[in-house]
Amino acid sequence: MNNTLQLVWLIPFLPLVGFLINGLGRKQLSKTLVGIIGSGAILASFLISVFVFFQVKSGNTAVVTFFKFIDTTSLHINFAFQIDQLSSLFLLIITGIGFLIHVYSTSYMHDEKSKDFAKFFAYLNLFVFSMLLLVMGANYIIMFIGWEGVGLCSYLLIGFWFTNNDYTDAAKKAFIMNRIGDLGFLLAVFWLLTKIGTVNYADVFSAVNLAKLSATDITGITLLLFVGATGKSAQIPLYTWLPDAMAGPTPVSALIHAATMVTAGIYMIARSNILFTMAPFTQSIITIIGLATAVLAATIALKQNDIKKVLAYSTVSQLGYMFVGLGVGAYTGAVFHVMTHAFFKALLFLGAGSVIHAMGGEQDMRNMGGLKKYMSVTHLTFLLGCLAIAGMPPFAGFFSKDEILGAAFAKNPIYWVVGVLTAFMTAFYMFRLYAMTFLGKFRGTHDQEHHLHESLAAITFPLITLAILAVVGGWINIPEVFMNNGDKLEQFLSPIFAASNALVAKCELVPSTDYTLMAVSVLGALATLLYAINKFSKYEKVTVEETGFGKVLENKWYVDEIYDAIIVKPLKKVSAFFNDVVEKSGIDGFVNGVGKSVNYGSRQIRLLQSGQVGNYVLLMVIGILILFIIQLFF
Amino acid sequence: MPIYNYITLAIILFCIGVIGVLTRRNAIIIFMCVELMLNSVNLLLVAFSKMHNVEFAVTNPTLASDAQIFVFFIMVVAAAEVTVGLAIIVMLYRNTHSVDVNFLNRLKN
Repeated sequence: MNNTLQLVWLIPFLPLVGFLINGLGRKQLSKTLVGIIGSGAILASFLISVFVFFQVKSGNTAVVTFFKFIDTTSLHINFAFQIDQLSSLFLLIITGIGFLIHVYSTSYMHDEKSKDFAKFFAYLNLFVFSMLLLVMGANYIIMFIGWEGVGLCSYLLIGFWFTNNDYTDAAKKAFIMNRIGDLGFLLAVFWLLTKIGTVNYADVFSAVNLAKLSATDITGITLLLFVGATGKSAQIPLYTWLPDAMAGPTPVSALIHAATMVTAGIYMIARSNILFTMAPFTQSIITIIGLATAVLAATIALKQNDIKKVLAYSTVSQLGYMFVGLGVGAYTGAVFHVMTHAFFKALLFLGAGSVIHAMGGEQDMRNMGGLKKYMSVTHLTFLLGCLAIAGMPPFAGFFSKDEILGAAFAKNPIYWVVGVLTAFMTAFYMFRLYAMTFLGKFRGTHDQEHHLHESLAAITFPLITLAILAVVGGWINIPEVFMNNGDKLEQFLSPIFAASNALVAKCELVPSTDYTLMAVSVLGALATLLYAINKFSKYEKVTVEETGFGKVLENKWYVDEIYDAIIVKPLKKVSAFFNDVVEKSGIDGFVNGVGKSVNYGSRQIRLLQSGQVGNYVLLMVIGILILFIIQLFF
Repeated sequence: MPIYNYITLAIILFCIGVIGVLTRRNAIIIFMCVELMLNSVNLLLVAFSKMHNVEFAVTNPTLASDAQIFVFFIMVVAAAEVTVGLAIIVMLYRNTHSVDVNFLNRLKN
């Protein structure tokens, strides 16, 4: 029934219309109307996505072509959407969480002027549009359009309060680092085009075309694609933009930097899974970088004091987990973790936003504390989110994280050890955050204490919805050891990963190993979180500076400073050289020199005008003579 | 008489006229030199007409008188030009109280 899937064009189209209306009418529309249009567009997309999801579930996948995008003799690229299991799942995540965040923003951003409020919603809608293009595209080019679009919207939204220079610096940093990754992505696409001549997923992943690629081709293409993913999904070395991106409003952090944009890299690799399965070298690189990022970010998060920065590093760390999943071949596990992470990370960010709102803009956890009795809904949902991210059963994070850890153990036990240690650190810093914010006694100013209140329904409703999802979200993919045939997600996504699974068989663990691994991680995380709660619920503000290793962690291992010294300063010196020598003396000198010589020449010629009539007549006679001589000879 | 004598005379008169125009300062003298140039051309025309009169007396009888008619044209043009030129010199004299051409250097630089 291809004709029912024809209306998938509405899914990205409605947010685009929302963007245009809110953007162009930002000076005329009232805040309520803007909120309704913005959220309504996403809600409509969500409802259509649900319909599409059920269509796909009953087996109706399709590639819906709209028009020819590039049509030359050697290159045919269509503007087409591929609706299959993977894209329909991501559609639900994007539009569902997007809608909740839009509703949240109507209350969170209501202090803005109505022009800026409308601008915010326009940008959010544009972002959702780009992200939908990214996941629905049927070839790498449409994905790239969405890829660039989300990078742009990330820049626009991080630097939303553009009058502050630090924020705009953070926005520029995010965009530039994204761009570096995009270079890798583009090179990979060009390589594919050269070797195969097409970039449609259906064509690229067919056995016929894959046979045309040599081993070096595949390794090179996948490495370059991974470089693109490191830029977009904040892995080493291109991750430093994400903590700085917390300069943007909290709904932006929740939507873009927790639930959707940063998962684009994982989507891209999951989509190209056959290419990666054929390149085991790249897979080991991905695993190692994923693990390194997870550990690094977790260590930094242990010592951060800004509530949003802790969550940002937590995001980087969890993204590392997802890449580990992709690297060891647990594609379903990685996508599963994307989904559950979207739920609980968005929940945590929105909860943090609620706390920041109540504290009147305060983001430093050292000034919070004891908020439990003032904000009960936020407290409860935040606690559920923390339990989910720490991997406590039966919440969502447990199932997805353990699936990845199990696959990692099957590949190489060392991966598991590192992963589990990171999980313990995750539990520790999340519950440090929880305890410092909600438990103990209040450490802020008297004014702030008076202002504390639970947030409005527009904020608590998304929190409650996401909390419910964080609780039950894991139950769609219960592993075999607990429930037979419980892995619904795996079965749903099996057509996408069929080729990879045929090539490299999934390593199954003996149930006893499975139980042991799970027990170790759960008990260890439980112990760590109880220790953290115990230590930080009695937290007193200290005025001594951090010293030693703690200082290194607090300063993010000085990575930003290292980048500055190695990359930014030399680059600035090179530009200064080009500016002074090549530009000023060389090019400017040449262009100005032309002007100067014209000036000089005309000054000399001006001397001909002596005003003496006799001279003029003389010149006339000379001219006539010359003409006479010329006509004599030619 | 050989035609070359007339040609030489005409060339000499013409050159004297040109040099006079270029060198002299007095506007009236310059005019006289212009007249000199025109008259040298007249002389040449008449000489050539006489030359052709001898040669083409039978085949083309009007060829000779064409040149002499042209001399009249040149004289008329010279007269008209002198009229206008002298009027300009009178204006020049009224403004600068001299007929020195070098005083007309207002267009300098």
